[in-house]
Amino acid sequence: MSVLLDISHIDMEFPTPKGPFTALRDVDLKIAQGEFVSLIGHSGCGKSTVLNVVAGLYQATRGGVILNGKEVTEPGPERAVVFQNHSLLPWLTAYENVELAVKQVFGNSKSKAEMREWIEHNLDLVHMNHALHKRPNEISGGMKQRVGIARALAMQPKVLLMDEPFGALDALTRAHMQDSLMEIQAELNNTVIMITHDVDEAVLLSDRIVMMTNGPAATIGEILDVDLERPRHRLELANDPLYNQYRSKVLKFLHERHSKPDVPVKKTVAKPLQTTENTTTGHAQKEAVEDAA
Amino acid sequence: MTTTTANATKLIGFKLPQLSEVFNRTLVSGAIRLIALPLAGMFTFLLLWSITAQNIDTSLGKFPGPAAVMEQFNSLYDEHQRSREKEQAFYQRQEKRNAERVAKDPSYEPKIRAYTGKETFLDQIVTSLITVMSGFLLAVAIAIPLGIAIGLSKPLNNAINPIIQVFKPVSPLAWLPLVTMVVSALYATPDPVVAKSFLVSLITVTLCCLWPMVINTAVGVAGIDRDLVNVSKVLRLPALRHVQKIVLPASVPMIFTGMRLSLGVAWMVLIAAEMLAQNPGLGKFVWDEFQNGSSDSLARIMAAVLVIGVIGFLLDRGMLTLQKLVSWDKSANQ
Repeated sequence: MSVLLDISHIDMEFPTPKGPFTALRDVDLKIAQGEFVSLIGHSGCGKSTVLNVVAGLYQATRGGVILNGKEVTEPGPERAVVFQNHSLLPWLTAYENVELAVKQVFGNSKSKAEMREWIEHNLDLVHMNHALHKRPNEISGGMKQRVGIARALAMQPKVLLMDEPFGALDALTRAHMQDSLMEIQAELNNTVIMITHDVDEAVLLSDRIVMMTNGPAATIGEILDVDLERPRHRLELANDPLYNQYRSKVLKFLHERHSKPDVPVKKTVAKPLQTTENTTTGHAQKEAVEDAA
Repeated sequence: MTTTTANATKLIGFKLPQLSEVFNRTLVSGAIRLIALPLAGMFTFLLLWSITAQNIDTSLGKFPGPAAVMEQFNSLYDEHQRSREKEQAFYQRQEKRNAERVAKDPSYEPKIRAYTGKETFLDQIVTSLITVMSGFLLAVAIAIPLGIAIGLSKPLNNAINPIIQVFKPVSPLAWLPLVTMVVSALYATPDPVVAKSFLVSLITVTLCCLWPMVINTAVGVAGIDRDLVNVSKVLRLPALRHVQKIVLPASVPMIFTGMRLSLGVAWMVLIAAEMLAQNPGLGKFVWDEFQNGSSDSLARIMAAVLVIGVIGFLLDRGMLTLQKLVSWDKSANQ
């Protein structure tokens, strides 16, 4: 398989008054074109940090991210992000929110009519064509998230990054959104990295599930290949032995990590942490620590 | 037919009273809340005012009650009318005289002299309003860009914040002498476009109402949702578009809060400045009446006080309306 995105041995340290805090240690992952990868792990294990490094919002302390043979050094529309709480601009309508992205990405290459068509096409994809001119506060949480996805898709990203996109939605809406996402994925064959802590969601949607150990110094614990045929249907899968096997594997991993805090990893990490020099001085990283605190 | 009518009557007979009862109840309670209670409050105030006023003797006679003030409102308006008539008569006379001279000597270029009668109460109100709005707009033009810059840049914020904190609590009366002297020194043209006194009031107003806007804008800009900033980063919006598309709209509610506070400060400062510096306007009117010391003076000052209050209230309502028109955040507070 050809590697599209190479997350190459990244370490992430955040400076704190008590010395550097290691959030990630040696996270290494290669993702192929068209692959759907989920990152799963307990809260605070650094899943979002991985995503932010790939997005370019954080710079890894060591190692780096290579997309299509080029190192990622800053955020950009080829790595579009769907944020957990939709992050639509509240003063713009659904259409205008997508338009802002399309104008920025295709402003030079598409005509006005083409852009309009492209915006409407993407809102069509997420079934939002009935509410083009509604503002975020006039539509439901699920609809907002749909518009957020449409905005990300409209940038025609090489990798679509989703940070717990359905975490804030109720179960029924979430199921709808997952089905929609599978449909879109079948049609566009995007490369997707999705953060989740919903085991069913991970198994249902992913080609691979990356399970992360608990932080600090979180890293990849196990990778599970999900070899279920597509298209997948949640009702049929409910009684599928293979599906349930995958499900219980993930659950087991999460449960074991939770009940036994990761002592060995901590120990092996504690030493190099003291000896390595601290090279992080970035503004974004400082802010991230403030956030965590 | 009969059965349906009977049914309908039954239905109406049963339903309508209930509906209207509910309707009446909400209507009555609404009327009490919106009309009766404010009226009662106002009536009580007028009563207390007139009782108290009768018991206060000053060297200028009794403290004016509501009736005396009302009388002065009328007389102030009459004075204004009379002054306008005089002014018209003056211009008519001047025109006539000029026409006669031109008829006698075609090479004569008529001089038009402005009417120099005393400014009436209404003129003073207009002057005050023009001054306050000019000072306020100048402050807006300085404060909003400054606030955005401070909000966006932490180092700039650290550098400027102490200065803001020191100048914010300074009273207009302290600025006034300085402004007066500086304006006199720098604005020494023989043919001024605007009056010096106007400039002094304007600058004093600007200096005092700058700060709430700067602070609120900076807080609004610094407090923009991180996700929205990240959206802008992912889209690689250039700095100017970032400000235009994300920063400015996101902080509009806070900017308007600052503007409302500032306009309130501006109006208060203006009256004090006019009073102390003898600049034309409502403040000067109050001071002149005080110096005048006639038996009507206190009533006239009280009339001015009421007018100042009403105008301040209207200015605030105006800003609120503007905010509701401009802002995407429709939950603008009262």
